[in-house]
Amino acid sequence: MPEPIVMIRELTRTYGHKVALDRVTLKIPKGSVFGLVGGNGAGKTTLIKHILGLLHAELGTVQVFGRNPVADPPAVLSRIGYLSEDRDMADWMCVDELLSYTRAFFPDWDPIFAKELLDMFELVPYQKVKTLSRGQLARVGLLTALAHRPDLLLLDEPSSGLDPLVRRDILSAIIRTVADEGRTVLFSSHLLDEVERVADQVAMLNNGRLVLNDSLENIKLRQRVVTIRFQHPISQKPEIPGLLNLGGAAAEWRYLCPDGTERLHESAIRIGAEIVEETVPSLDEIFMGHSAS
Amino acid sequence: MQIQIDATDGMPIYLQLMQRIKYLIAVGRLSANEQLPSVRKLSDQLVINPNTVARAFRELELAGILITRPGAGVFVSPTASPLAKREQHQLLIEKIDTVLVEARHLEISTDGVVQLVRQRARALGNTV
Repeated sequence: MPEPIVMIRELTRTYGHKVALDRVTLKIPKGSVFGLVGGNGAGKTTLIKHILGLLHAELGTVQVFGRNPVADPPAVLSRIGYLSEDRDMADWMCVDELLSYTRAFFPDWDPIFAKELLDMFELVPYQKVKTLSRGQLARVGLLTALAHRPDLLLLDEPSSGLDPLVRRDILSAIIRTVADEGRTVLFSSHLLDEVERVADQVAMLNNGRLVLNDSLENIKLRQRVVTIRFQHPISQKPEIPGLLNLGGAAAEWRYLCPDGTERLHESAIRIGAEIVEETVPSLDEIFMGHSAS
Repeated sequence: MQIQIDATDGMPIYLQLMQRIKYLIAVGRLSANEQLPSVRKLSDQLVINPNTVARAFRELELAGILITRPGAGVFVSPTASPLAKREQHQLLIEKIDTVLVEARHLEISTDGVVQLVRQRARALGNTV
């Protein structure tokens, strides 16, 4: 096994009384597209800031390319392409000023590739950053994240608030990054159908805890949504140990079943119920199951 | 080669892709020895992970449906066409199974289903 690009062990972070990350352990293998999902305030951005070395690990360890990103920022940051959620860019510059400014930080900046992207994204070099639309800003941000051909592309909520054309550009960038030379992508997103399309590994955070961390294939193989029919109507959410209630009414209730249904049939019969439907959940349903519990 | 992928479908994307490619071969839209788009091109076209496309190609190669010619690309195997009839049946079998399960829930017998099929065929003017 080659060394993972990112290795996080038992990472815990608190802001005052709030636990932002709770003993998070995950690794991002080389050449993978790693999708990080979770609601607002779940801890996604905090996790990404640790990978960038912007936050020091209070408890646990963070290694990127086998190094501590806080101890050795140049060695780590020069190999990362980062698109931040808030796209904080110097808005008094024009596009080509911003590009040459950014270029100074990256010895491996590829001016030919940067020009290609500029044309592909139909950006105007002399346009002021201040006057760019949301979509154009995202494209400029994507360009500066890609132009030094980073070993790790890190995108924090790249698609939020963007139209389908710009989102498609972003997804294509992710795909091309991995298809060329087996580089690695980590992206966080609310748009779970995008994650299902392009990710091969998925991690889900809920209140700072990792509730899911597996290959998308295993997730589809093991996770199930079942509809259970009870003998009599039940007015209060019936809880079943090990299952997450997705809602329902009267005699029929739906549950997320996180690890196969082999043993479920027996336990359903024991409580006088039966499984009347079984489907493979979308990430959306898995997400709902974990956030409701 | 036109393929639609539904990311929210419960079926893993590489399986969807395998099924669609088999289907295209079965209905003759992809013929023996025809070249497929590269992994990179197809992943870009379908907006899916290239590892997923590579996986589907690999499995189809193991099944003898595709072959890789080093340096040239991925092609439909010259022997893929005899599979066609079986694949065509396979496509129908999956749908028939769904209907039969549904019929069992509705307590309609297999004979009842067959009768319905005949009825529908007449209604559609199906003379095949």
